[in-house]
Amino acid sequence: MTSSTVSSAESVNLTQNYFELFSLKVSFTIELTGLSEKFRALQQTVHPDRFANAPEQEKRLSVQKAAFINEAYQVLKTPQRRARYIIELQGVKFDDQANPVMEPQFLMQQMELRESLSEVKSGDDPQAALDKILSELKTSRAALLKDLAEQLDNPTTADLDKSSLLMHELQFLDKLQSESEAIEEELMDSL
Amino acid sequence: MALIQISEPGQATKPHERKLAAGIDLGTTNSLVASVKSGQAVILPDIDGQELLPSIVHYAKDGVKKIGYEATPFQINDPLNTISSVKRYMGRSLSDIKAKESPLHYEFVETESSVPRIKTNAGEVSAIEVSAEILNELKIRAEHSLGDELTGAVITVPAYFDDAQRQATKDAAKLAGINVLRLLNEPTAAAVAYGLDKGSDGVIAVYDLGGGTFDISILRLTKGVFEVLATAGDTALGGDDFDQAIANWIKQELNLTENTDKSFLRQLISVACKAKQTLTTEQVTKIDIDDNGSQLTIELTREQLNDIIDPLIKKTMMPCRRALRDAQVELEEVSAVVMVGGSTRVLRVRDKVAEYFEKEPMVDLNPDTVVAIGAAIQADVLVGNKPDDELLLLDVVPLSLGLETMGDLVEKIIPRNTTIPVARAQEFTTYKDGQTAMSMHVVQGERELVSDCRSLARFSLKGIPPLVAGSARIRVTFEVDADGLLHVSAKEETTGVESGIEVKPSYGLTDSEIEKMLIDSMEHAEEDVAARMLHEQQVEANRVLEALAAALEDDGDMLSAEERAAIDAAAENLSKVNLNGDDREIKNAMEDLDKVAEVFVSRRMDSNIKKAMAGHNVNEFDG
Repeated sequence: MTSSTVSSAESVNLTQNYFELFSLKVSFTIELTGLSEKFRALQQTVHPDRFANAPEQEKRLSVQKAAFINEAYQVLKTPQRRARYIIELQGVKFDDQANPVMEPQFLMQQMELRESLSEVKSGDDPQAALDKILSELKTSRAALLKDLAEQLDNPTTADLDKSSLLMHELQFLDKLQSESEAIEEELMDSL
Repeated sequence: MALIQISEPGQATKPHERKLAAGIDLGTTNSLVASVKSGQAVILPDIDGQELLPSIVHYAKDGVKKIGYEATPFQINDPLNTISSVKRYMGRSLSDIKAKESPLHYEFVETESSVPRIKTNAGEVSAIEVSAEILNELKIRAEHSLGDELTGAVITVPAYFDDAQRQATKDAAKLAGINVLRLLNEPTAAAVAYGLDKGSDGVIAVYDLGGGTFDISILRLTKGVFEVLATAGDTALGGDDFDQAIANWIKQELNLTENTDKSFLRQLISVACKAKQTLTTEQVTKIDIDDNGSQLTIELTREQLNDIIDPLIKKTMMPCRRALRDAQVELEEVSAVVMVGGSTRVLRVRDKVAEYFEKEPMVDLNPDTVVAIGAAIQADVLVGNKPDDELLLLDVVPLSLGLETMGDLVEKIIPRNTTIPVARAQEFTTYKDGQTAMSMHVVQGERELVSDCRSLARFSLKGIPPLVAGSARIRVTFEVDADGLLHVSAKEETTGVESGIEVKPSYGLTDSEIEKMLIDSMEHAEEDVAARMLHEQQVEANRVLEALAAALEDDGDMLSAEERAAIDAAAENLSKVNLNGDDREIKNAMEDLDKVAEVFVSRRMDSNIKKAMAGHNVNEFDG
């Protein structure tokens, strides 16, 4: 079976994009406290809890709209998903599976990190080694998000190829991050 | 009426519009019902003043059922016909039960249905029916205490319950004739009970160790909105396991491992439980046992107890860590730890939780009643008794939902800890030329292999147009509603044909099975069922008409003259049919009205969304 993810938004009759829904201008840098305040205000209006004793039709619509708002909030809240959404709003389809040519410097760093990760468990102080990797990942990630912000804070003038490349780099980091966390869980379990 | 609920602040509900709603904690060991009376959530006791209803049902030969305290004595005399801890069987297959329980506490029968049935004096019963008896007893208690019929109830479930277990709980409520306003997660209910008392914003951890289940939830409370960030747990770990471990210890110490008599084993569990309770206040306790007439005695100290249960308590710490990680919350950010469930009375549990979270847990509220109290508070808000209340609960999916793909692999469609309600769609295509059908398997769990996950349902898509492989586009939508229940639908996109779906629940009941149970449970079978269905349709029709009238009065100007005329005509037809039609006719008239009014209802909601945002921008700097 083959599949691809599609947005659930179309089934709901909300014509706005996610930024419009939250009265925000399309930009990578957003103020998260304000976003969650608006999210709560929206859910106060449409959440199924406000329609628990309503006719079936209203319940159904409320579930759909609340789901749309939840999805919008999750996309805008998460940097990777927010960046991807902005790129797609510019009409460029972001392809997860694509294999773009990456900076040699970035690839070198990835290889080194990967190598240290594979040696963590056999080292003298696995937790310290892991902490070092996690902290390096954190730094690289912050730098990447800053580069993405530079590109996508003003989407109409953004270099979308460059942005897509940054997104792919971010995916690399995320993958390493979750692998590191899995090893951390293993370490904790063996205590 | 919900559209009226979105009212301006300060507009209070008129007293005569006050609706009766209850919160029900359907527990493994005990169940309770609570309601908000004069602004205060209280537990509703039975006529003898007892708050707890032991979750025990005894079935006698003459068909007489005894529930709660009346059933308790039969546990020792008649163990096979006295069903307790039935919550452990909810939404479970016989093989699940066998894997966990050895030897089996009851005589199970193999059936064609996926729902296992227990053999009793009064015939075979399923866990759903036993739960329905308990729910019905609580409903009667509530209506007796409140003096009128309930509009609806909130029923609590462990946060970690999967879809099959939630569905089973809802089916039980349906069988008991209860209008379920919401299935609410137990830890969230507890947080509501505590949160409203303390009125403080921050991150809360709820540690809920009941008789048979363990849950940990991490929530963020902001101005009345409870956002569940993550939840984890173990649906087969609780105080019962403590009792079992103590009982095993007694058997070992006294060399009683040979005795497998069911009454004897039950006695062991019972004295083990008592010893555990005594040791919350005493340092040492004496345990007396009757082994075929010979009296045996053994002492158990608190230290020994700690050693016995420590491995079980340790098993709860792993989920705590996972929940914090999923919530992306650091240990130091947790501002309060709330203790729920009778098993948190065990001092060792409190110590270990304090040690892990590095702060003293809150134990001010009675851990037995706190869940029912929270459920009652939400029920009161849900029926619309408090239109200005800010209380809103945003819960999550506890376990990832996905589809089986080639090679026994799971493709996750909705990952765990996604806020509900949620709708996600995925596109699939055919892999053979001219393929017109496709079968799908819905699973729940975190593992990558299908065989390690829980099978929820299988369905097949039929009527796919015969096309070249890979060109049909089948869009499968997973929707999880606010009760945490999954609905699956599918559509072939190139032709727009809504493919026929047959969902066969792997462990749940089919609609016809529920209907049969309903009929079986009533004395005057079919007339009663018909009367009940008619009554339900009439209530719904009135609800629709009232809501529509109010909406038209407020926002009639959103409609063109033609739209208005069509709605009026359909509404008039429904009022007429509702007076003298049967349930089918009412249902049809309602569906007709639904269709013409959909645009209007949707437009009103969108307009409210815009208002919410507009109002928000003005007040942005207030808070």
